[in-house]
Amino acid sequence: MGFDQYHEPPAELPEDARTFARMSANLIEEAEAIDWYEQRLAIERDPAARAIMLDAEGEEFKHFSMNLEFLFRRLPLWREIAQGILFQDGDIVEHGEESEEEATEEEAAKGAPLAGSESLGIGSLRGSMT
Amino acid sequence: MSHLLREQAPITESGWRLLDEEARERLTPALAARKLVDFSGPHGWEHSATNLGRVKELDDAPGDDIAASQRRVLGLVELRAHFSLSRAELDDAERGAQDVDLGTLDAAAHRIATAENATVFHGVNAAGIEGIAEVSTNEKITLGEDCEVYPRHVAKSVDALRSAGIDGPYGLALSPEGHTHVLETAEHGGYPLMQHLQEILGGPIVWAPGVEGGVVVSLRGGDFLFDSGEDLSIGYEGHDANAVQLYLEDFFSIRVATPEAAVPLPA
Repeated sequence: MGFDQYHEPPAELPEDARTFARMSANLIEEAEAIDWYEQRLAIERDPAARAIMLDAEGEEFKHFSMNLEFLFRRLPLWREIAQGILFQDGDIVEHGEESEEEATEEEAAKGAPLAGSESLGIGSLRGSMT
Repeated sequence: MSHLLREQAPITESGWRLLDEEARERLTPALAARKLVDFSGPHGWEHSATNLGRVKELDDAPGDDIAASQRRVLGLVELRAHFSLSRAELDDAERGAQDVDLGTLDAAAHRIATAENATVFHGVNAAGIEGIAEVSTNEKITLGEDCEVYPRHVAKSVDALRSAGIDGPYGLALSPEGHTHVLETAEHGGYPLMQHLQEILGGPIVWAPGVEGGVVVSLRGGDFLFDSGEDLSIGYEGHDANAVQLYLEDFFSIRVATPEAAVPLPA
C-alpha cells in the first residue's frame, strides 16, 4: 500500500497534517471521478446507463463538496479567499485577484501566526464581539 | 523543537488540541486590549524590542569632535502564568471524557489576560512600559459608581477627543465591575445603558479585567501599537507521576504614539 499523499516523511508530520493530506487526496479522487463520469456520459447513449451514471456522479458532487468544506474549515484563509470567488457571477480571475488581496491583507492585520509557530494564534481581536 | 518544549510533555496531540482550544475559548473574551488597539506581529521569539525611532544623545562620545547617540528601543515584556494539570484528567480526556477538569488552565488564562490588559492600559514601571491611561494628556474623568451619569462622562470623553482633533469611532475598555453595572442598568424609559453608551462612542464597550475604572480610546488606528513577539502560547515546564506543570506565555510591548487619543476614567 502506498502513501503517495505525503510529500514529507509521515512520521514527522503532526496528526492534523496527515488528516489534511488524506482529505486533500480524497478531494482529488472525487474530482477525477466527476471527470470520468463526464467523459463516459459524453459518449453513452443508453438512457438507463446514463441515468445510473448521472445518479453516481451526483454522489461524487456531494463527496467533493463535503471534502472541500472540511479543508476550508481547516484553513480559514483558503475559505475566505474562496468566498470571494465561488457562486458569483462576473469575471472569475478578477474576483480571484480581489479576494486574495483582501483576505491576505486582512489576515496580516489580524496577526496570523508565523510558520511553524505553536502559539494559540489569537492575534488581533479588532472587530470581534465584546 | 521550540522553546516551549511541548514535544517533551507527556501529552498527546489530541491532548494539546484540547488544551489549546480551551485556552483560546477562555482568553478571547478577556483580551480587551486586542479589541481596541492596533496589532503588529507576531514577529517571533527572537523579536526582543520595539523600535521607537528615536535616539538618545550620549554625553561621553568615544573620540574628539564626535557626536554620539544611541538608538532607543522598548524591550518586550514576557509574562507567564503557571498552572498544573492532573495527568489522570488528561488520561480521561483521551478516553473521551467530556467533563475534564481544566480549572487551573482557565484560571491561568484569566490571570494572563488580566495582566496583558493591565500592561496595555496602566503600564509596567519596572519594564519601562507606559500604559495608555498613564500617558494620556487628557484630563481624567472619575467614573464613580453611579451608572446613570456614565453617559455624561463618556460623552465628555468623546467631546475631549474630538476637540483634540482625534477622530472616532471610539471604544471603551471597562472594568468587570463597571461592565456589570452597565449591563444591569436601564435608563428612564427602559432603554439599555449599554446601547446608549455604544451610540455615543460609535464603537464597542469591552469587558476588561485588569483595567481600573475605564478608558475611552479612539479606534481610528495608528495611535496605540501592540507589538507581539510570539503570540500567547502554552509551554511545558515539567511533570511527575501525578501532574504536568505548564505555563501560558505572553510576549509583547505597547507603544502609545498619540497620548491625546485616550481619556482615562478612573473608578
